[in-house]
Amino acid sequence: MSRTLSRRLWGALAIVIAVVWVFPVYWILNSAFQPADRLRSPEPAWFPRDLTGSGFARVFDDAFLDSFKLSITVTLLAVVCAGLCAFLGAVAISRFRFRGRVQFILVVLAIQMIPPEALFISQYKMLGDAGLYNTVGGLGLLYVAMILPFTIWMLRGFADGVPIDLEEAAMVDGCSRTRAFFTITFPLLAPGLVAASVYGFLQAWNEFTLAVVVMDPSNRTLPLWLRGLSDVSNEAIDWPGVMAGATMVAVPVIVFFMIVQGRMTSGLVSGAVKG
Amino acid sequence: MSTQTMTRRVGPYALLVPSLVILAIAMGYPLVRQVVMSFQEYGRAQQFGQPAPFVGLDNYVDLFTDAQMWAVVGRSLAFCAVNVAVTMLLGIAIALLLRRVSRGPRLTLQIAMLLAWAMPVIAAMTSWQWLFDTRYGVINWTLVKLGFESFDGHNWLTNPWSFYFVATVIVVWMSVPFVMFTVYAALTQVSEDALEAGELDGASPWQRFRHIVYPTIRPVLTITLLLQVVWDLRVFAQIYYLQGVGGTPSKTHLLGTYIYTLGIGQSDYGMASALAMFVLVLTLVLTAGYVRALLRESR
Repeated sequence: MSRTLSRRLWGALAIVIAVVWVFPVYWILNSAFQPADRLRSPEPAWFPRDLTGSGFARVFDDAFLDSFKLSITVTLLAVVCAGLCAFLGAVAISRFRFRGRVQFILVVLAIQMIPPEALFISQYKMLGDAGLYNTVGGLGLLYVAMILPFTIWMLRGFADGVPIDLEEAAMVDGCSRTRAFFTITFPLLAPGLVAASVYGFLQAWNEFTLAVVVMDPSNRTLPLWLRGLSDVSNEAIDWPGVMAGATMVAVPVIVFFMIVQGRMTSGLVSGAVKG
Repeated sequence: MSTQTMTRRVGPYALLVPSLVILAIAMGYPLVRQVVMSFQEYGRAQQFGQPAPFVGLDNYVDLFTDAQMWAVVGRSLAFCAVNVAVTMLLGIAIALLLRRVSRGPRLTLQIAMLLAWAMPVIAAMTSWQWLFDTRYGVINWTLVKLGFESFDGHNWLTNPWSFYFVATVIVVWMSVPFVMFTVYAALTQVSEDALEAGELDGASPWQRFRHIVYPTIRPVLTITLLLQVVWDLRVFAQIYYLQGVGGTPSKTHLLGTYIYTLGIGQSDYGMASALAMFVLVLTLVLTAGYVRALLRESR
């Protein structure tokens, strides 16, 4: 078989796989913009025809807005707190050699191996006893702890990438240690801070398990709101509405994700290959 | 002591305080409390203020002599093994395929994978629920058109086997992109010269993979495999979601949903904590080697 022909065949296979993989994403969009009766016809509606935005109009109500507000509040709270704490922590382990440093790194690593499902029972009890069940503060606290270890790890990688010689040179020129850090290293750390924040944002925005456990059904984050739309106890599911809801939850995530994914993969790979 | 030395001594600890406080409150305390609770009788009565008596290893004994718990453990391990194996094989195969195709197909496939990867879990679940829908699902429609008449109005979620099949399809669909991108990035580190030399010397594609490609990408494969094991062992959202839209919970529990049912469903916090401790130990045993290796590097 000639080289070009085999390349073409592999190319065709790649396109087939691409179509299979993208189909569920396509199906959300395709179904979101169709009228409900067309989706309930015996023949599947493969392509959008009779386009309508009525599915979006039906689900864009107070319940959505409440969930949206809750999600955005708890997510921002978690990202800002985790970002600040992780920034300080990463500076400590990257710029200082002190007793207990290795132990701290060990704790950060080990925590990432703890499955959330192994802790949610006692976290639920703890928030209940503290009067924080079903509150933004309670859920936010768990989210900060959830994204903090990875954020420290990621920022530490960025901080290690900035040579300490640069800071020392500035100190020779008469800068204080703190001033040297903020004029030299901090600007170089900023991209790391942004990447880590977006990663934390995605984690918190999509989180499902803890939200199920510590939030009351009347007070739901967006993933729980979306799950509520397609519950079977709800006799006639409004499929275009559900798909419109899925679109509204997914679009911000997909946009953010596209921005950071390259950095996430390359960071992970360079770490693993070098190791 | 000069200010400079003071900063050096106390500085790092002060910087670590916020992180340590949060981790101690949100994870350390619950962990300790859970260990204690797993040795207590902690049920509905204790929920309403009764003291929780210590019962030694009773919860663990009850748990380990319970056939249903072993069924859940067995199912979780099997589910994890199947999902990890399928995900890794497909991810590696597609990453290798990506290297053999020209720019157009490569970009198309990468964008498709990126979209699937970026999809929030619950939005993806919603789409798959609709694809597998009993009456209007495209999958049933296609199967009937292909001549499998029995799939007309077929409900995929009532039978545990087909429930797990649907769950596997979804988990694999969502996990393959991560494996593929990571392995593909690692493949760019493989020396082209060595591959060409191998080909000239008459090495078969398998031999070239085994002796040239595999050793280079091995560290990446190890970390990816490990992450997949950890993620698939604790799969909660997908199972909980599918149970809520038509699965039979008692027949389809995996570890995560079983802890949830014991604890939050039946208020048996003692037993739920004991099971959670078991999951924690299981995960740590599976990952201990990797954590040790990472730690050696970071010294």
